Amino acid sequence: MFDNLDLTKLIFGRLTWDAIPFHEPILLATFIAVAIGGVAVLGALTYFRLWGYLWREWFTSIDHKRIGIMYVILGLVMLLRGFADAVMMRAQQALSFGDNAGFLPPHHYDQVFTAHGVIMIFFVAMPLVTGLMNFVVPLQIGARDVAFPFLNNFSFWMTASGAVLVMMSLFVGEFARTGWLAYPPLSGLLYSPDVGVDYYIWSLQIAGVGTLLSGINLLATIVKMRAPGMKMMNMPVFTWTALCTNVLIVAAFPILTAVLALLSLDRYVGTNFFTNDFGGNAMMYVNLIWIWGHPEVYILVLPVFGVFSEVVATFCSKRLFGYASMVYATVVITILSYLVWLHHFFTMGSGASVNSFFGITTMIISIPTGAKIFNWLFTMYRGRIRFEVPMLWTIGFMITFVIGGMTGVLLAVPPADFVLHNSLFLIAHFHNVIIGGVLFGLMAGITYWFPKAFGYKLDSFWGKCSFWFWFIGFYFAFMPLYVLGLMGVTRRMSHFEDPSLQIWFQIAAFGAALIAIGIGCFLIQLVVSYIRRESLRDHTGDPWQGRTLEWATSSPPPAYNFAFTPVVHDNDAWWDMKKNGYVRPTDGFIAIHMPKNTGAGAILAGLSTVFGFAAIWHMWPLAILAFLSLVVATIVHTFNYKRDYHISADEVVRTEAVRTRLLAQHV
Amino acid sequence: MSPSGDIAVQQRDLIIVSTLLMLVIIVPVIILTLLFAWRYRKSNTEATYDPEWHHSTKLELMIWGAPLLIIIALGAITWISTHTLDPYRPLQRLDADRVIPADAKPLVVEVVALDWKWLFIYPEQGIAVVNELVAPVDRPISFKITASSVMNSFFVPALAGQIYAMPGMETKLHAVINKAGEYEGFSANYSGAGFSGMRFKFHGVNEADFEQWVKTAKAGDGGALGRDAYLKLEQPSNRDPVHRYASVSEDLYDAILNRCVESNRMCMKDMMAIDAQGGVAGPEGKYNIASMDAATRSRIGVDATNRKYVGAMCTVNDPLGTTASAATQPI
Repeated sequence: MFDNLDLTKLIFGRLTWDAIPFHEPILLATFIAVAIGGVAVLGALTYFRLWGYLWREWFTSIDHKRIGIMYVILGLVMLLRGFADAVMMRAQQALSFGDNAGFLPPHHYDQVFTAHGVIMIFFVAMPLVTGLMNFVVPLQIGARDVAFPFLNNFSFWMTASGAVLVMMSLFVGEFARTGWLAYPPLSGLLYSPDVGVDYYIWSLQIAGVGTLLSGINLLATIVKMRAPGMKMMNMPVFTWTALCTNVLIVAAFPILTAVLALLSLDRYVGTNFFTNDFGGNAMMYVNLIWIWGHPEVYILVLPVFGVFSEVVATFCSKRLFGYASMVYATVVITILSYLVWLHHFFTMGSGASVNSFFGITTMIISIPTGAKIFNWLFTMYRGRIRFEVPMLWTIGFMITFVIGGMTGVLLAVPPADFVLHNSLFLIAHFHNVIIGGVLFGLMAGITYWFPKAFGYKLDSFWGKCSFWFWFIGFYFAFMPLYVLGLMGVTRRMSHFEDPSLQIWFQIAAFGAALIAIGIGCFLIQLVVSYIRRESLRDHTGDPWQGRTLEWATSSPPPAYNFAFTPVVHDNDAWWDMKKNGYVRPTDGFIAIHMPKNTGAGAILAGLSTVFGFAAIWHMWPLAILAFLSLVVATIVHTFNYKRDYHISADEVVRTEAVRTRLLAQHV
Repeated sequence: MSPSGDIAVQQRDLIIVSTLLMLVIIVPVIILTLLFAWRYRKSNTEATYDPEWHHSTKLELMIWGAPLLIIIALGAITWISTHTLDPYRPLQRLDADRVIPADAKPLVVEVVALDWKWLFIYPEQGIAVVNELVAPVDRPISFKITASSVMNSFFVPALAGQIYAMPGMETKLHAVINKAGEYEGFSANYSGAGFSGMRFKFHGVNEADFEQWVKTAKAGDGGALGRDAYLKLEQPSNRDPVHRYASVSEDLYDAILNRCVESNRMCMKDMMAIDAQGGVAGPEGKYNIASMDAATRSRIGVDATNRKYVGAMCTVNDPLGTTASAATQPI
């Protein structure tokens, strides 16, 4: 049996030198650029002796605020990667007409659009949304941290681990060529025998563990750790939307895990759940993935509805109109989001009654969503609107999102969907709601809470530039796609015959260039704001005349968030406290019990990355070793009893005294 | 959006009506957003400021009621149009003004999505064509659609909406073309590397031209499309030219749909019938695996790897399954 044992193959599995894309000039150039950049960053970190600081203060941190910030950084870094894919697609489609085949062959182009979808949803939108919830929710409910602080750190590193695997696929092997949901039979072993789909499966499985655990964590935090007096119907709307989102995460992500596990069984051990032969049925996969996939879009959009609610109320200096109907609308959307999944495949031959049922349930979702839009509108009514950057994003959202909502309802009419399904109209629709909704909301949220996180506001000139380039760029990039979709042009094409379409793709490419400038302005904004941080400094902790509890503490907040847990009497707790002459306590501080940092999360996630990589390449000895180490490390971590410490009363006194002085100086 | 068939015309009208209905609410919202944003700007101190105003039962009723009314109207339209435009439903009319003549018999076309080309089988005419679809004007067409390997979507925008083509399953589409002309047809669901080139021309022609086209195909030198020819055709290829087979095996489409073109392979309908009766006891029911032998593969000209499948209990040449295990026989 061991006569012809191939040691190289045993150790390295499918991995050979051929997997490194030396022959792809685009990838090689990217790799060299990334390598130089990476070496420069690592060198700088070493030179400035920052490794220890980063490890102690950030990587091992279980402070929800720092983890939130790390999620946002991860999301922004991955945004650059996902956007690079978008630019490549726009360029390819603007060029590739008639005899011109463009610069990307199908083999490469198909990976680009798959990676773009996967990265933007799982590794941009999800980390940004989770990051904001992580940072803001405990502050808004007056808590000192989340319910399970270590789990929070572990969740972040698992998400990061998934992102690392996706990035690896760029330079070692290749990514899936199946579209972002990897429908079988195309994603089955027979039609996708290489490592692409395995990269897809393992990066999503590992990141999915993080997402699910973080969902459980925030759910427990919101349910159990609200400040005294804060009943459910006193919670800030952002916390409400975070609650509903995490309910959706906990209920939906196990389905994704299960369906991907079944697909990996098909690929690794020869089962036939989704194959064409031996009794498999690919439509089961399509159903299951959308039972997760539709709630997923609400997982992304609900929290940003919360962001807009906070931003509108704050910058209109007015109580949110219709709080109760806002909450009910959120809950109704949460429930309905489970009853619409079939609208993603009306064209797979379901009967007319089934199709109409799912079409109509989909339309019903537009009612609570419409109610939300009206609530924001009537919050502006009789307000005093300050057009700071977050408010600009909000108004841009309200105008853009209703168009996306309209095209969404149109797609929900089955006979219309028979014409528009899989067309560029659909692409325009979901970018309309994801950019015009989720991304605008995240930008509003990042700008809004940035001073809370770092102690200084973002420069508003560059923020406004970023907004206008994004806003106008969006219309240039996606309105042509609506037109093309109505003309019957399908998505995922790497080449076109009809030269009359080319002008529309060129306009869309111009729009992508405007968005690129918008992203550039945002990056410049970060740098400029850092340089000008002294003049942008927020001394009060309440730079926008906020309404909710996060503005009651300093910017950035101390590790313990609140020296004394606030007591809540009404909605908009901080506004209520200010109105009723709240006096900040300056003495009587006691020691605060806090959770302690640990490296276990980073270590476990690192081992998971190794395991995932080994499984992708069929390096079985390494996979077994990594898996065993994972189990051992988990067990060892359970014996770590040094999990908490006390911030002494003296230290609290010192921290609070600094704040007292600052407040006195800047009244 | 430039339809030439009745179904596509109705779908376009539906899109326009639904859009107008929604604009009833969308346009006021956009105008109000801009208006409120302008009127209640901070520098406009003349505007009323009421920081505690946050509830109005009348407004709340309107906020929930107005979208509700629109959705009730749209829901009704949806229910009716989904049923009348159900692709599985035989046509009720030729176009808005004409009913279907009593003696009209729909033209049956069997569609197979292959990697990466389209095969159209005309069972009544006894011909098959790759990457070209021809149909007479004003005659209802009844499509039966399946696929050989992965999912595709059969879409001729000028004719009617799309429907998926899936291996081992059959979907249906009823449509009619009202104007003669040459139209674009393609796959609307990504299916792998050759997807972008998976296009064909759909010709709407008058009845006489259609008869002529069939006659030419039958008299042409396109050869016969039997099982062996199909297995070779099924192999992946890109941007194939139009090819008209002069004849086609009668049972080919059924074999493709049931995934048993290889004659030692069990048809899905048989497998399902056996399973419905509780399965087969004994070893041949447990490990009944067959494959195409090397000789057959080289005869047909298929060099793909040796794929395994469930073996047939009986074969075309041995319909009663008299041999102990048909699966082990060469084809």
